Amino acid sequence: MADYQNLFTTVQAVGPVHQGVELGHGNSPRTGQPLINYWIGKLGNAQLGPIYLGGLGLASLFFGLIAFTLIGMNMLASVNYDPVQFVRQLFWLSLEPPPPSYGLRIPPLNQGGWFLIVGLFLTASVMFWWARTYRRAVQLGMGTHIAWAFAAAIWLFLVLGLFRPILMGSWGEAVPYGIFPHLDWTAAFSLRYGNLFYNPFHALSIVFLYGSALLFAMHGATILAVTRFGGEREIEQITDRGTASERAALFWRWTMGFNATMESIHRWAWWFAVLCPITGGIGILLTGTVVDNWYLWAIKHGVAPPYPEIFPAMVDPSLSNGGKP
Amino acid sequence: MSKRCVNSFSKPLASSLIQTLGLVVAMLMLSGCERPSPESVQSGYRGTGMVQVYNTRLLEIKTDKNQAPVALPSPGSDGPKAAQVYKNVKVLGNLSVGEFNRLMVSMSSWVSPQEGCAYCHKLPNFEDDGKYTKVVARRMIEMTRHINADWQPHVAQTGVTCYTCHRGEPVPNAVWFKSDPQPYGSNFMGDKAGQNTPSPVVNMSSLPNDPFTPFLLGEQNIRVNGPTALPSGNRQSIKQAEWTYGLMTHMSNALGVNCTYCHNTQSFQNWTNSPPQRTTAWHGIRMARDLNLTYMESLTEVFPAHRKGPTGDVAKLNCATCHQGAYKPLNGAPMAKDFPELLKPALVATKVAAK
Repeated sequence: MADYQNLFTTVQAVGPVHQGVELGHGNSPRTGQPLINYWIGKLGNAQLGPIYLGGLGLASLFFGLIAFTLIGMNMLASVNYDPVQFVRQLFWLSLEPPPPSYGLRIPPLNQGGWFLIVGLFLTASVMFWWARTYRRAVQLGMGTHIAWAFAAAIWLFLVLGLFRPILMGSWGEAVPYGIFPHLDWTAAFSLRYGNLFYNPFHALSIVFLYGSALLFAMHGATILAVTRFGGEREIEQITDRGTASERAALFWRWTMGFNATMESIHRWAWWFAVLCPITGGIGILLTGTVVDNWYLWAIKHGVAPPYPEIFPAMVDPSLSNGGKP
Repeated sequence: MSKRCVNSFSKPLASSLIQTLGLVVAMLMLSGCERPSPESVQSGYRGTGMVQVYNTRLLEIKTDKNQAPVALPSPGSDGPKAAQVYKNVKVLGNLSVGEFNRLMVSMSSWVSPQEGCAYCHKLPNFEDDGKYTKVVARRMIEMTRHINADWQPHVAQTGVTCYTCHRGEPVPNAVWFKSDPQPYGSNFMGDKAGQNTPSPVVNMSSLPNDPFTPFLLGEQNIRVNGPTALPSGNRQSIKQAEWTYGLMTHMSNALGVNCTYCHNTQSFQNWTNSPPQRTTAWHGIRMARDLNLTYMESLTEVFPAHRKGPTGDVAKLNCATCHQGAYKPLNGAPMAKDFPELLKPALVATKVAAK
């Protein structure tokens, strides 16, 4: 059992490869011949495949590939179809949303038209994939927790690219499809709306983001630490609490005073993860629609602390200069 | 669970592979580090992130690059005036012959140390306006006087000379042209919207890489923040914020400073808690705009084609043209005081003579 005390999986229990449970009426057959791979077994289960594709999966891949290809073709065209420059500049390249002057109208293809088409296909792809996670869970007799957690992320995705642009009356508010460009967009978003750090929903989102990472690390470490007592059999330990569960609980009770149970720790983690995009999405949806300047909002409501003025009194020079900013 | 199920890869190979991988990852992570460790200097209230970050090694290089040359001794204003002795002296006629020659010699060492007098003058006829460089130089003297006399909110008493920008080069190191129209094969996809190119103008970010045309030539609105907490009609978009961000990145780069040199970290918009340098910079933006419009653009017909940009526009200036990486050009050396003739406003603006 000491073999479990490692950061990587050192024990690979390998049996005969299997196709999985029988599927009922209306399901398609699984694709691919399963195989065993030692290196994959280092990280997870050594068996690769078979995968369930199905109609929803195919539809999702189809629309997703169209979106992916259109983004790539736009990036390639933007470097004059030069493959070398495409690779060199890849992180800078982007498919940009329309100029704000078009509002919610349909712009020409090369001024955001492609962006809207890609948005349509990408949204379809994501929605089909969501339906697939839901239906697969039901077919396996599972709960639909994963689908709803995924839906939380889709909420943030739709707020950024659909709900907020519509409320603001401009597709130009959407996020560009590019590596650095979407990061610059994020910084510009904060700059435009007076410092997003004063947005309480942004703060909540960060709490749940970092909280998720912290909970994940705490839980993973706890279970690894008690595997020598069989602690990795978490599900059994929920109802039939063994010494591993007792020790894990005692550790946190002694160090924090309050502890999760073998079951509730997973509810903590699920809610922390799910609340990260839900609160973040609310914060973004409120920005520009309900609140225009988060710094001034925070000053007005006593959220931002007043700092002593240590620089000589400054007056906006545009006020004494003909009002031209 | 028997060990016989375990795959039979040899352990030493696996662990040495992991070690190598770890080493490579560590090297990749360290490659993002600077040498020596940057120094940060607090400039505002504690705990608010109001600091300037300096790399002492790079600062030393920058300091060496921004040394002002020693001024020639002044011969005094006695004696006949330049206009009485030389022909075709339009701007500096009031100087004594000694002062005039001192400035001419200084200018050739500031602007064309390799080419000497012949860079501007069609020798042996010094009065000949045949070379475009002479017409440009005359206009640039007027510009220098205009800066020193009318733009003291930006240049203060320190002032500027030709050397502030030229640094021994006929064309200053940092000038800008309107960006080349984007080349792409077909016109139906691939629009970069003026951004998304690794450009040194915006410190290799993907921000709009010609923020000068709208802000330092045109008068587009730089401010994107609204004046009220709740929406009250401010329709500036995120895309416009990116253009402003591009200009600000250029300014930060050109001066070798962080955002917090001018702005406070709570609110970039708020003036009451901003460092006083922000006012200086505000006037600097207006100065660059004025000089580009009034002086550089007026020389469009004078410059030959090979000195112009890809769209046929004249070279223009931005913050980097003077600052060249220093928070004050030439580290604030008061060079202009040794050349009082450059401090006077031009009495009558001369007409720019075409060739």
